[in-house]
Parts: sequence; structure tokens; C-alpha cells
Amino acid sequence: MRGNFSTITKMFSASVVAAGLLISAPAKAADDTIKVGILHSLSGTMAISETTLKDAMLMLIDEQNAKGGLLGKKLEAVVVDPASNWPLFAEKARELISKDKVAAVFGCWTSVSRKSVLPVFSELDNILFYPVQYEGEESERNVFYTGAAPNQQAIPAVDYLMSEDGGSVKRWVLEGTDYVYPRTTNKILEAYLKAKGVAAEDIMVNYTPFGFSDWQTEVSAIKKFGSAGKKTAVVSTVNGDANVPFYKELGNQGVKAEDIPVMAFSVGEEELAGLDTAPLVGHLAAWNYFESIDTPENKKFIADWHKFIKNDKRTTNDPMEAHYIGFNMWVKAVEKAGTTDPDKVIDAMVGVSVPNLTGGYSTMMPNHHITKPVLIGEIQADGQFETVSRTPGLVMGDEWSDYLPDSKDLISDWRAPLSCGNFNVATGKCGGKGTN
Amino acid sequence: MTLIRAGLTLLFLLAMLSSSGAGEADLRGIIAKFATAKGFSETGVVVHELAATGDPAVERPLAALADGNLYIRKSDALVFAGKEAGESVQLFDPLSGEASGEAAKDEITKIKVNNTLRRVIRDALGTLTLGANDPTVRIAAADTMFKTPDAANIEPLDTAIASETVASVKALLEQARAASILVSDRPDADKLAAIALIGARGDRDAVSLLTSVEANSPDAIKQAATAAIATINSTLAFWDAGQNIWYGISLGSVLLLAAIGLAITFGVMGVINMAHGEMVMLGAYTTFVVQQLIRTSFPDLFDWSLVIALPLAFLVSALVGLIIERGIIRFLYGRPLETLLATWGVSLILQQAVRSIFGPTNQEVGSPSWMSGSVNLGQLAITWNRLWILVFALTVFAVLLYVMKRTPWGLQMRAVTANRRMAASMGIRTPWVDALTFALGSGIAGIAGVALSQIDNVSPNLGRGYIIDSFMVVVFGGVGNLWGTLVGAFSLGIVNKFLEPYAGAVLGKIVVLVLIILFIQKRPRGLFALKGRAVEA
Repeated sequence: MRGNFSTITKMFSASVVAAGLLISAPAKAADDTIKVGILHSLSGTMAISETTLKDAMLMLIDEQNAKGGLLGKKLEAVVVDPASNWPLFAEKARELISKDKVAAVFGCWTSVSRKSVLPVFSELDNILFYPVQYEGEESERNVFYTGAAPNQQAIPAVDYLMSEDGGSVKRWVLEGTDYVYPRTTNKILEAYLKAKGVAAEDIMVNYTPFGFSDWQTEVSAIKKFGSAGKKTAVVSTVNGDANVPFYKELGNQGVKAEDIPVMAFSVGEEELAGLDTAPLVGHLAAWNYFESIDTPENKKFIADWHKFIKNDKRTTNDPMEAHYIGFNMWVKAVEKAGTTDPDKVIDAMVGVSVPNLTGGYSTMMPNHHITKPVLIGEIQADGQFETVSRTPGLVMGDEWSDYLPDSKDLISDWRAPLSCGNFNVATGKCGGKGTN
Repeated sequence: MTLIRAGLTLLFLLAMLSSSGAGEADLRGIIAKFATAKGFSETGVVVHELAATGDPAVERPLAALADGNLYIRKSDALVFAGKEAGESVQLFDPLSGEASGEAAKDEITKIKVNNTLRRVIRDALGTLTLGANDPTVRIAAADTMFKTPDAANIEPLDTAIASETVASVKALLEQARAASILVSDRPDADKLAAIALIGARGDRDAVSLLTSVEANSPDAIKQAATAAIATINSTLAFWDAGQNIWYGISLGSVLLLAAIGLAITFGVMGVINMAHGEMVMLGAYTTFVVQQLIRTSFPDLFDWSLVIALPLAFLVSALVGLIIERGIIRFLYGRPLETLLATWGVSLILQQAVRSIFGPTNQEVGSPSWMSGSVNLGQLAITWNRLWILVFALTVFAVLLYVMKRTPWGLQMRAVTANRRMAASMGIRTPWVDALTFALGSGIAGIAGVALSQIDNVSPNLGRGYIIDSFMVVVFGGVGNLWGTLVGAFSLGIVNKFLEPYAGAVLGKIVVLVLIILFIQKRPRGLFALKGRAVEA
């Protein structure tokens, strides 16, 4: 529906360019370049988040080329714009794979866009690197999930709030935007909290529409829920644009982090850039990366980014790190396999280990999820996060949640001989079905 | 042996001395411990130690710590208060506040604080600042002590109450004392009196406190607490209704602002302008640009930035509106479907243009100080930004009404709307009236953007969120009637906010939409239908 006008112009110009390429370039392109697809929305609602990832990918590809490319060939980025339009994601993915013959695709942000391209990737047998934290309950052979699964973000965040350092929270508000990621995450969290002995009346779940901007009622409901004499916290899966008015309302109604902290899973440096964070100091976020992390790798990454984007004010964020890890893993796997053939690369990916930006190594696990540290940060007055807690070791991404009855028996292992993304250990059969 | 004992006695004496107005050297000794404290819990111990001295001088280092402004210099492990100034940090003595040079950011480490520590510091400061000169500080102290009752607080509170001169502060101090009595081992009679006092306070904090008292007290007190909670809750239920009305009015004022420009372009002129939301967005971006200029060139004027942005936003949006009317819409009068598609295209072009110029990310538009925070009216928390937006919306409405009804230009506009050919034969240059009317509607959308930049994202998507709501308001209120837009906006706002607590935000919105559809079935012309030959035609 939306984005049609700009899409039409773009498709027109793209086809002109493509026609030109068809005449002159195909033989050459096949010989000395390896094409990498970038499938991120550059217009429409999601452009706010995804454009940055496109730029990050271009930077990574540039750097790899400066190092001499891959397998002796240059890498070439093929950028398409799915315009925040979910069906268009599938179309553009098909175009990237069949027409441009890319070796791998880096892309998608929302879960619905990922779901929309899944059939294309398995049909045409290509590779997708998905860089955003998501709700889990999925493991596909052609997809590598470099963002966090719920157990790499949501569960440790709740654990932190329950701990003494986090304020020994006893009462929980699960506030989310009404779509699949918050609903599934909240389902997992609710089950987890109840397993930890939290009573049902101490959990309040509330959903708001996309782009919600009038938070008065919700914030006062949170205040009311928080006045029951027990330490209360908000776990927020509020997405995208709705966060700014939410935090503005929290600040104006005087909800202080010391009294009712808000733990967010979708608020990063990028979102805070549109806000005066002084009234929000102390509110929390759980990620696997913060721009404020003090490691040499991260310093270099930020410096490179500022140089590439030619703007010292642009922030880095968690999904960018995920692409950094994913891209380096792919490079390593291609070198290991000696070819860009997706089948061989998929097999070579498992077990590949590359440095992340937080001072350690991330490894691709057989379930196509990676190991990461989990960090809890508090918002600072300068719009950055200060790490206040960090898991002692790396956490392995768990695709099928152990806290949901439908998926607790499922495991995923893409290595031969099992080669199954949803193996049910109770029945011993491949082909289980999780929640959502 | 005796030597050791003598030494111990001496130490004890020193400790006694320090507890009654610790010497500066002792305080410095304690502050120095921050440099060696590992982790939040050890820092917390040092905070407690500082607070236990009871010396008002520790307020400065503690406040600096709570704000994250306490640093350790790496070279000599000395503790300083700091203030960031660009790439370096200005250092100050933590106790006296004297300037002590500068340091680059990598020469010092910030002492980290988390929420738990901040709370500890706030509680500690509460007791220390009871005797502050500034009544607002004393109020804050009383408030903190009310929320974190402690039997040890009773004595300092007694002293503070005895010397308090401001009646309202005194009442708060007494409530804080009552709260502390409830957690002490005072006799039941005292506690019952305390419950009565807290019950009279009647707010959510009181309920919160009484609930925890109710949970762990003997029967007599428990009953009193239960009764007090019931009384407070019944009063609060009344306030809740008031709150819903206020929220509804506030939402209504936002809807009114967003829709009022559309009431002109769509309502009066009959142009289905899908780019209306983008006019709002342009206004918000104008505000952003104005604020950027003010921040870099005239920082003193920041509080006035919105006032300065208003006329500029009007001009920018009006100009863009004028260009759209002259360039596109005038060729499409009387063809609503084509207008709809063309303006939809214009809206996408404008969005993408803004995205290319300013980037896809949100831009920060700051709030001037007079628009931050809230004021309490009884148990109602009214946020300043919402209150100002309400005032602003009503002012814009009044001005627009005046222009339409009392100025020659307004007369011409109405004449053209009522009967274009007749107006033209009377010598009115209808094309120019059309263009200016469209510019006026767009300009008003622009100033709405200035106000909305205070409560919503300033991003290229800003307008999208308001376009549907705006059309809803105008259609519901009655096309072509400004009063209808006013009544429509406020009634939709209030209905929405009354539904939200029960049905949730998602369902609430759906219900409102269904109600409007049903209403339009019954009255296709909306609340206030225009009558006249032109309308029928």
C-alpha cells in the first residue's frame, strides 16, 4: 500500500540501470566480483532504523575490499529498497537472488519482513543474515540470526531487575507494541516470571498500536499499578517511533528510574538521539552491545563509522554490531569453504568464531544463533548507556524457549546427520511447532 | 595492652567527635575511599559512611555522585567533582567546590552509579537536607522520607517540624513522621493516629505505604489501614474520572490542532489533501532548524525558540501549500479521486525529501523549561506541555474563527465556498482566494507541527500518524464547519480516553472507529451539517 510512488520511480530507474548492466556487465561481474545483497528499507516507516544498517554494511564491504576482497575477488554491494512494505521484501529478495545472483543477503528488521522472505530463501537456497533481536521460536537452515534470542536479552534483563542490584523488583508491567515480537516475548516472560513465583496479580500486560503517541493513560496506569507497596518495574517492548512520546510522558509525569525503572528491549542509542535524556537517567536497556563499551575494537569501529558516514554525531548500535559479527563470520566461512556456494557456506558457518566489539569472541552455533554477552545499561544524560551489569560469560542463543509449553521440547541442530530446525526430543521426530 | 586500649579509646573519642560535625579531614578520608571501592555495593557502603557523619557538607559530593559527576583522577587516585566541557572535564574539589583544573576524559574515570545507589543517595540526602533554606528542597526531603520510612527518621523529623515555619511543608514533614512511626515500634495508639494522618494525605503514595503496613501489622492496625485504603481509593476513583476527562481534553486539543488546517482545506475547499500530515511535519522540522540555530548562535533565547518558530513554521508550510495548490491542485478541482492520488504522491515526495535532507532518524526538539514537568491539581497531575498545547489549540481556533467570520478575506473565502460562480461575478478573484485559502490551511498545519514536536517524534513519518485522525475529526464534526471540528475533536478525544483504561489502546481505537462509522450512517454530514444550495449540489 504505502511507498508505492517512490517505489515505482525507483523500480523504473533500477530497471534502466539493470538493462544497462545486462548489456555490458554480466560476464565481467561473474568473474571478478562477489555480490552481496543488502535488503533494508530506505523509505517508509522502518527507514529510520534500517538505513543505518545499510550504511554499516556498505562500510564493512568497503573495508573488506580495502583488505583485498574475498577469495581474490572484490565484493560488490547490491542495495535494494523494500520500502517498509512486507510483500515487497519477498519480491526484492527474489530479485537479489535470481537476477543479481548475490552470494548472501544481509537484511530485514521487523519479524514480519523476515517471515515474508523465509520461503524465498529456502526455495532459492541462499543465505540471510538477520541482525535484530527477535522473539525466537524459529530456526531456518538458510537464515543466520546474529541478533539476540529472548534468552540473550529478555530473560537476563528480568533476572537483573529481580536481583538486589536491580532493585529486587516484585511487580511487573509488560508494556508492548501490538505485534508478534512483543506478544511472544511477553508470553515467554510471563511464563518465566510465574515459574519464579510471581503471582498473576503482580503482572500487568498492556499493548498499544504502532506509532502510538498519546501515552497519558498508560503512564498513569503504570503509576497506579506501581503504588501497591511493592517494588515495580516496566519491561518495555514498545517499538520504534512510539518510544519517544512514551519516554517524554514518563519524564513529564515524573516517573523516576529510582522508583519505577523502565527496562527496554528496543531502545538503543539511535532512538535516544531524538530525545532529551536528562529526565530519563537511570532507565534501562538490555542489549549485547553499547556504543559506550570501552574496547579497542569498538573504538576503531566507531572511528571508522564516523569517517565513513562523515558525521561525528551518528551513533552506533546493537544491530550494527550484529551485522559486523555476521559479515565477518560469512567472510570467514567463505574462506573456509573456498567458495561462495550457499550450500557449502551454510555448512562451513557452524563453529566459525569471530571477535565481537565487546572484547570477546562470538561463535555460530549449530542452531544458527550466536553466542554473545548480555549487557544491561542505564541511560545517561548524554544519550549513551552506562553498563551496570554484564553476564559473566557468553550466552548461547536459544531459539526454542524453554518456558513455553509448545516449544520446550524442541531443539535445532543444522549439522548432519540431524539437520533439523525443530527436532522434538520428546517424540524423537523432526517437525515440531512452536508458539506463534 | 594498655597502650592498645588507650589507642582504642582515642579512636572511639575521635569517632564521637566526627559524628558530631565531622572534621573536614575525616570527610576527605571517607571520600577518598570512593577511589578504592569496587562495584556498586562497596560504593554504597562509602555513601552510607558519608551520610552517617550527619555533616551537611557531604551534600555536595553525594549530589555530584548521584548525578554521575564524581570522578577519580587516574594519576593520583584523588576524587573530584567534575563538569564536562567538550573533550575535557573541569575538576572541582568535592567538598568546597573550588575549581581544581581540568583533565582530559581518559585521565579520569567516572564513579558509576546505578538506580539502587541513586536511591540510597537520595534517602541519605533526604535526612541531610531537612534543614535546607530552600522550601522546595525541604519538600523534596519530606517526600523522600515519606516514601522510605525509617524509625531512625523520627527524631530528625521532630526537630525539623519544631523549627518549620511554612505550613504546607510542615504538613508534609508530619506525614513523613507518621510514615516513620508506622515502621517503628511505637505504641499502637501512635500508629493509629499516624494512619489517620496518612489517610488524610489521600494520594497513591499513601496507598502504597498503607498497603505495605496492612501486609505486616497486627489486627487492630491492619483494620485501620484497610479502612484508610478504602477511603482513599474511593476518592481516587473520583479523581480518576477527572483524570480521564483531562486526558481526553488533552488528546482532543492535539486532534484539534492536527485537524484544524484540514478543516480549511478539506472542510471549506473540499480538497482531499493527503499531504496535510506532511505540512504538520514541515512545521515540526522548521522548529528543529530554528532550535539548532538558537542552540549554536543564541543559547539565551532557547526558552523562546518555540515562539520564534511559530511564524516561520506558518510561512514555510503556507509557502509549500501555495506551491502545491498553484502547481497541482488547481488543475484538479472537482475531481476528488485525482486530487487524492496526486496529494498522496506529494506526501511521499515530501517525506522522502525530508528524509534525504535531514536523515531518516528522529531529530531532537528540546522542551523549553516552561513546558517541562507537571503541576498537581488535587490528585490530578497536569503536565505543562499538554496544558500549553490545549491553550495554544484554543487560541489558534479563536484566531481562525475571527479570520473566517470577521475579515474581508474570510468573507471572500466563504463566498467562494458557498457559490463560486456568483462570487466570481461579484468581482472576487476566485483562483487567488483558492490559493490563499489552501496556503492558510497548510500554514495552520505548520504551526500545529510546532506544538506536536513537543509530544511526538520529529521524524519524516510524523505526519502519517495524524492524517487519518484529522480526516476522522473533520468528517465527524461536519465538513465545512469549524465549530464542528472543535466539538468533534474534543468528543473523540474524551470518548477515546474513557475507553482506553477498560478496552486498552488498540481496542479503544477500533471501537471509536466503529462508532464513527455508525454515526456517519445516521448523519452523513457529521455533527454540524452545513445547509445551503451549494452544499446540496
